[in-house]
Amino acid sequence: MSASFLFLLVLLIGFGAYLMARARAIAASQGRSASLHSLPGYHGAYVAIWTILPATLVLIVWSLVGPQMIDREARLSLPTEVLQQGAAPVELAMGQVRAVARGLPLLTDTERAALEAGTLDVRATLATKGVALAGDTQPYMIKSAQKLNALSGTSTIAMTAVVLALSVAGALWSLRSISQRFRARNRVERVILAALVVASSIAILTTVGIVGSMLSEALRFFQSVSPTSFFFGTVWDPRFAAAGSTGSSGQFGLLPLLAGTLYIAFVAMLFAVPVGLFAAIYMSEYASRPVRSIAKPLLEILAGIPTIVYGFFALVTVGPFLRDISAELNGLVTGNYTNFIQAQSVLTAGIVMGIMLIPFVSSLSDDIITQVPRSLRDGSLGLGATRSETIKRVVLPAALPGIVGALLLTASRAVGETMIVVLAAGVAARMQLNPFEPMTTVTVKIVNQLTGDLEFTSPQTLVAFALGITLFTITLCLNIYALYIVRKYREQYE
Amino acid sequence: MSDVTSSAFQARGAARPRRDIGIRKRYAAERRFRAYGVTAILVGVFFLAVLLWTVISNGYTAFQQTVITLPITFAESVIDPKNERAQNPAKLMAANYPLLVRDALIKELGIDPNDRTKVKLATDMVSASSRTQLRDIVVANPSVIGTTMSVALLAEGNIDSANKGQIDLTADEANRKVKNQQLAWMDQLRQKGDLTKEFNTGLFTYGASSRPEAAGIGVAALGSFYMMLIVLVLALPIGVAASIYLEEFAPKNKFTDLIEVNINNLAAVPSIVYGLLGLAIFINFAGLPRSASLVGGLVLTLMTLPTIIIATRAALKAVPPSIRSAALGLGASKMQTIFHHVLPLAMPGILTGTIIGLAHALGETAPLLLIGMVAFVVDYPGSPLEPSTALPVQIYMWANEAERAFVERTSGAIMVLLAFLIVMNLGAILLRRRFERRW
Repeated sequence: MSASFLFLLVLLIGFGAYLMARARAIAASQGRSASLHSLPGYHGAYVAIWTILPATLVLIVWSLVGPQMIDREARLSLPTEVLQQGAAPVELAMGQVRAVARGLPLLTDTERAALEAGTLDVRATLATKGVALAGDTQPYMIKSAQKLNALSGTSTIAMTAVVLALSVAGALWSLRSISQRFRARNRVERVILAALVVASSIAILTTVGIVGSMLSEALRFFQSVSPTSFFFGTVWDPRFAAAGSTGSSGQFGLLPLLAGTLYIAFVAMLFAVPVGLFAAIYMSEYASRPVRSIAKPLLEILAGIPTIVYGFFALVTVGPFLRDISAELNGLVTGNYTNFIQAQSVLTAGIVMGIMLIPFVSSLSDDIITQVPRSLRDGSLGLGATRSETIKRVVLPAALPGIVGALLLTASRAVGETMIVVLAAGVAARMQLNPFEPMTTVTVKIVNQLTGDLEFTSPQTLVAFALGITLFTITLCLNIYALYIVRKYREQYE
Repeated sequence: MSDVTSSAFQARGAARPRRDIGIRKRYAAERRFRAYGVTAILVGVFFLAVLLWTVISNGYTAFQQTVITLPITFAESVIDPKNERAQNPAKLMAANYPLLVRDALIKELGIDPNDRTKVKLATDMVSASSRTQLRDIVVANPSVIGTTMSVALLAEGNIDSANKGQIDLTADEANRKVKNQQLAWMDQLRQKGDLTKEFNTGLFTYGASSRPEAAGIGVAALGSFYMMLIVLVLALPIGVAASIYLEEFAPKNKFTDLIEVNINNLAAVPSIVYGLLGLAIFINFAGLPRSASLVGGLVLTLMTLPTIIIATRAALKAVPPSIRSAALGLGASKMQTIFHHVLPLAMPGILTGTIIGLAHALGETAPLLLIGMVAFVVDYPGSPLEPSTALPVQIYMWANEAERAFVERTSGAIMVLLAFLIVMNLGAILLRRRFERRW
């Protein structure tokens, strides 16, 4: 019986138990429903929880742990001379065993008899049944496969029995406790509360998962490449290793990628900060209601557009435009019509990313500027300052910490942005200062290293996790600091 | 006389000189400052307009496709020369269907069958997907063999572009994808009414293809749909449960503080990091299949959770305490108060946040690249465990193709994606307008 079917069965038993418990609670009230401590539905829910929850937990644990234990047993059943050959041949043999085990139930009786006699060409027969084997089978593999199948058969039967027994036992045991004074509601609510706690700790689990998974893979990377040559290396040249070769040929220098990331983010901020900040000031201090109600959503549309669309925009419009206009300019000045801006360049990526960031800067700063108390503005205006003077001398200094926080949040977004730079920044990892040339970023290289069919053991792919943890750390620091500033600023005026 | 008045005027002016307090300068500065603000907003709106214009001007033609209608003779001598189809239906799958198209073209255009270059040029005008199209016709109904039927075949991508006027015909013929002879034939076919532009249903139904005319977003859209479904089913209940705990039950202590900081940080973690998490945990550790929309959905769920939690908490906070006090005062337990009274009132806000989170997840590309959804998927995935791709990933893959017809399709796909996003966001706005209550 498959696990999902078993789960459905348990749910069905639970529903039955719910109905029974409700009926029993109603019977226990002897017609006076007020005499019950809890409503009949709570009694039903209490019994249903006892029926479903323990059985389902056992079911989940069994289906996670069971196959692994069976696999280990089958592995131990391999002959000792195979086991002594080391990890790779054992893995290979186990792969064969698993495939044979999948194929064995498909055999007909005559084929099975031939198999017992040792005369069957297992590989050819199984191939006709749609189970492809990597190589010819050895007799010991058939034995192990048979053992594997026997074990998993026993395991499934045992699982079905245990789960169903647990479910029925839970129902019977909890049905006994139903009475007028039984506090079913409190118990049910305690279970719900536990579920709420579990749901809210998923946030923590995600963070733990991110840090744990990336750290462990990055540590594997640092076993073959030293951390100093990664963090302080100035050459990025991973040199794709052929499958199977484990030598760490190639250099993994982080600095050119980091330089490109920060440079592009800097250009983007250079573009987005003035535009976004002035837009926010105008909308919060000058704009009339109708203007604001049109301009604000329009700018926020920019935030809702997927970044892949920005990447496409950079690729087909901004990049070629900059390239052509640079050629024209060059021609006008020197008579030589060659472009000095590449279509894929720091400038292209920076400008397009800047466009994407405008709404982030403007809406975050807008919030913060409107939080500055009215009295500050009134005081300044009352003393005869013009509006712009009030903004420059009073409102902005008061809002400055918050705005800095908002800008840091925006910067962290710029550093982590992927699709725009993948399409617009280029792939050449180099350290230079010319914004008209392509540079590459950490995110581009993560994507480059992980797309394609690569082995997960080579440093060429593992480096992506080292890059990822670096990116995560940078953005985490920016975020924590920014959130700290914004929070502190908010408290100041509350 | 005139002297007197002028001197008197001067004297009056000299007697009360206006003190220069720089008011004019200050007002000029005020106007400048205002102008900067207006400029900034205009710059933003300008770029929005350019972006949309780029997409629409490149993409609106993608919704049409050039079709060449040819009278195809399903000659038995070509499809099944040895008359084996009764015994071996597989023969029909492997027959030489392009030959049928070639013969039809030769007849229609009046080409000398021995002029190899001309025949090649003519057959190049029809998409190579005509093979499967004719094969499907014959396999579905073998009785067409021996008859002549007029079939609408897709034009090849470059011919399609030329028909839409997207290829520069003034360029030297040698550098052009479409030759003069082909253009002449196109005119010939157009005059007979055999070369027409029709609504491109293929864009919405086909899967990945290396030929632009046979490429569509149907398969990718189904992958995206699976993922949105998974995100909705997982992220909404978990997000609401987490928010209820944090907003209504959590004691103020170190642990809940940690969760708070965590959620705020997770909302700002770059999306590509979620892709790495999915790769390491769901694929390498848990052994789920690569390229499956299940994994994509799980990754997007983790990514969307913080958004939903933040929106839900705001919605719960907006429900006034008087509601809670009233319910508690009438003897409801805390759990009953929340589930029977607070949650229904907060529901519009929660759903608005969820829709916005889903819209964000729908447009997300980077994490999906890492879990192997950059796949060339031709067939519709039957379940979330089968290899699939997603709408934004399909856009990314097409964006890397150089052909003009792919640029058009990329923009067309972007228009479809943006249309989905607009519908979702409008839905969120309407929901908020309709149900939001000010207390």
